[in-house]
Amino acid sequence: MNQYLLSVYDVEGDGAGAPATPEEMQAFMGRVIALEEEMDRAGAFEFGGALHGPDAATVVRGGTGLDKVTTDGPFVEAKEHIGGFYIINADNLDEALAWAGKVVEAINHDIEVRPFRATGRLQDAPGR
Amino acid sequence: MDDVERAFREAHGPAVATLIRLFGDITLAEDAVQDAFTAAVHRWPQDGVPDNPVGWIVTTARNRAIDAVRRSRRGRELTEQIAADRLRAETSAGPEDPEPMHDDQLRLIFTCCHPAIRVEHQVALTLRLIGGLTPAEVASAFLVSEDTMAKRLVRAKYKIKAAHIPYQVPDQSELPDRLRAVLSVLYLIYNAGADDVGRGHLRAEAVRLTRVLVSLMPDEPESLGLLALFILSDARMPARGDGAHVVLLKDQDRSLWDSALISEGQALVLACMRRQRLGPFQLQAAIQALHCAALRYEDTDWTAIVRFYDRLIAVMPTPVVALNRAVAVAETQGPETGLALLEGVAEELDGFHLLHAARGSLLERLGRPREAADAYHRAAALARTDTDISFLKRRCAELTGDVPAGPPC
Repeated sequence: MNQYLLSVYDVEGDGAGAPATPEEMQAFMGRVIALEEEMDRAGAFEFGGALHGPDAATVVRGGTGLDKVTTDGPFVEAKEHIGGFYIINADNLDEALAWAGKVVEAINHDIEVRPFRATGRLQDAPGR
Repeated sequence: MDDVERAFREAHGPAVATLIRLFGDITLAEDAVQDAFTAAVHRWPQDGVPDNPVGWIVTTARNRAIDAVRRSRRGRELTEQIAADRLRAETSAGPEDPEPMHDDQLRLIFTCCHPAIRVEHQVALTLRLIGGLTPAEVASAFLVSEDTMAKRLVRAKYKIKAAHIPYQVPDQSELPDRLRAVLSVLYLIYNAGADDVGRGHLRAEAVRLTRVLVSLMPDEPESLGLLALFILSDARMPARGDGAHVVLLKDQDRSLWDSALISEGQALVLACMRRQRLGPFQLQAAIQALHCAALRYEDTDWTAIVRFYDRLIAVMPTPVVALNRAVAVAETQGPETGLALLEGVAEELDGFHLLHAARGSLLERLGRPREAADAYHRAAALARTDTDISFLKRRCAELTGDVPAGPPC
């Protein structure tokens, strides 16, 4: 079994497709929860989360022997930034892309799929 | 190309594909097949080319690959006893069939043309792994440096490995889209060879690979259609000039067309028609078959050709199809109608020399030489090959009465 990071990309100033009314929000949440349950039943759901906006980011730079510099983030000034992500289990890229397609459909956002290799204690994460 | 070279090129796809199935690693498979070829170069001249060269290459490559895996394992054993034990267990299990399997090459074709790989990488991988071209040959085929091509191949193989792009034939639900991607790669390879005489061998390569695909998936009519399209285009190649001059379809000496290829292409088109699952490549092949059926340009059945263009544009509504359809309609309904249709795509195709060349030709027929000259002038400025540029400049010069190649054309 392999793991993939599905990064959900937000585009700054592009509210198109985002839930605008409480009813839409409710429908949106319904779709997301249903999808996460589906992933969970299939053994694909590993971990997921949402990020605060890029304005909340802080960058720490420096390396061995260098002074650390802390600056107001984000790391890269761009219109697109990661709004949330999933770590999923999948046999291969085609399977991961199939889940990605469902995520795109549920949340109406473009996503990036990248192979992921856990180095820490992912097994302790919630949702396990 | 001598016998050994041809045997190598034909053995490369099946051998690499089989080795990938056995060992799950493209680079290991490529290296092992390369080693087997080196062994063959030494052995075959003395012992003779074996009856089954592909089988010989696969068996030799498999043994080389096992050696390579063992060598790297032995190194690791010192530090990773446990991992080595597990790997050894895997090797001794080895129930895999070393015989090339029908599906091996097909799996590899679909892996090389996976939509998660960018198109230029798909093309490079296909030529390298299935086609058996050396990295240097692939580089020269796409007019990039060997270094650039090597990096491209490494990146593509890295993506396949890291992202676990599956080594399998897609299931029925995905097959149409995935097959289309494979056919577009073959189409790109063919056109690279058709656009440039110096790279003409790419046409042969595309035809060979398409024949492999057709033999592996004989029930896919679009693959047959693509093969027919290539064959019918190849058939007329001898009449298209030596590369130094453009010879238009209507001016071609049709006795130079290859009648054997035309018969083969037309038979394929008819076989497609009977299946009644006409897709874009089959329709394009049908149009070419009609052109090839006319003994003289005046005998061309333009009504039937327009009918096929109507069906083609319904399934493939691209501006280039609209352009070609407009040119055909000009033959049935007159240049005025054709010109009006061209206006519909003029904006989208403004940077495409053939739009302006077609406009020039229709304006000329309508007795509007000044506008026609302007159109040819614009076409010449946009054309990419020297042959096209000099042809279009000459057309322009003829209309303005200037000395050929003189200003303003």
